[in-house]
Amino acid sequence: MAQEGQQHPIAIYLWIWGLLFVVSFFSYMVDYLQLQGYLRWSLILIFMFLKAGFIIAIFMHMKWERLALQLAILVPPVVILVLIGLMALEGEYTFLTRIEFFGESDFVPSTPHH
Amino acid sequence: MSASGEVLPEGTKGVVQDFASDKQAFHVPWGKAMMWIFLLSDTFIFSCFLVSYMTVRISTADPWPVVSDVFALSFGGDPIPLILIAIMTFVLITSSGTMAMAVNMGYRKDRKKTFWLMVATAALGATFVGMQAFEWTKLIVDEGVRPWGNPMGAAQFGSSFFMITGFHGLHVSAGVIYLLVVAFRVKNGFYEKRGGNYEIVEIAGLYWHFVDLVWVFIFAFFYLW
Repeated sequence: MAQEGQQHPIAIYLWIWGLLFVVSFFSYMVDYLQLQGYLRWSLILIFMFLKAGFIIAIFMHMKWERLALQLAILVPPVVILVLIGLMALEGEYTFLTRIEFFGESDFVPSTPHH
Repeated sequence: MSASGEVLPEGTKGVVQDFASDKQAFHVPWGKAMMWIFLLSDTFIFSCFLVSYMTVRISTADPWPVVSDVFALSFGGDPIPLILIAIMTFVLITSSGTMAMAVNMGYRKDRKKTFWLMVATAALGATFVGMQAFEWTKLIVDEGVRPWGNPMGAAQFGSSFFMITGFHGLHVSAGVIYLLVVAFRVKNGFYEKRGGNYEIVEIAGLYWHFVDLVWVFIFAFFYLW
């Protein structure tokens, strides 16, 4: 099958296309309705991974590829989690050092003019 | 002479043969495997940008600009938060859909439909870049955002914004050119002379869907967070 190329019914693409619009609308609503805190962050992440999953699995045909290719491409990015963890620690440390030695920020933000 | 007695080529040809060993790991066209590996490396580049954005945003003592307000746009009345970014997201998703249809039509060897769907995808991509140019102009000229500072909050906002969206915009622009090249080759019958194989449309499609995929993450982490 892989040799003949990826041929699938058009209906599945239209379905995923529609779902991507719906999920994008939801993620815009998270901002529009000004949801805050853990609810905001969890919804952002859920909608983000849903969209990414639809695009990779269906539009990029990963669902129909052989397991060897799926593993070779999808497993390596997992190590980025280590980088995220390290840099979050580093960022917190830098922040605390700045507060310790320079004190709280006295920055007065101006509002954007549209 | 190898251990088994067969004659092996010397020089660079020998290097290529030794490393290739005439074995195929992935049972897909080589172009597709190479595109996936390129996209994997590109994933790491974009991850580095997004992780460094996270680092500077955590570490700054100044307040981060209220992104929802910075990217609000007024159409005469009250400014609507993030509206331009929402429209850009929908344009990119629409282009992903037309691209998926182009791949499907390519495998059906419907050259005319493939051509027009790819041209539509490229046009939507160009629209996206145009709106991004508008957004950059507004931020630089009207709001005074610079890579080294801005009046609305932490200085790191500008450098993160220009690096991340700039690099993504560059990918979209390159994709528009790539799609147009392939589209016109499909139209001119270039691939007919090469056995009528339209997997190239799928490979170009992989790149285009990846650009959309990166935007999903930029939208979530930079514009919504």
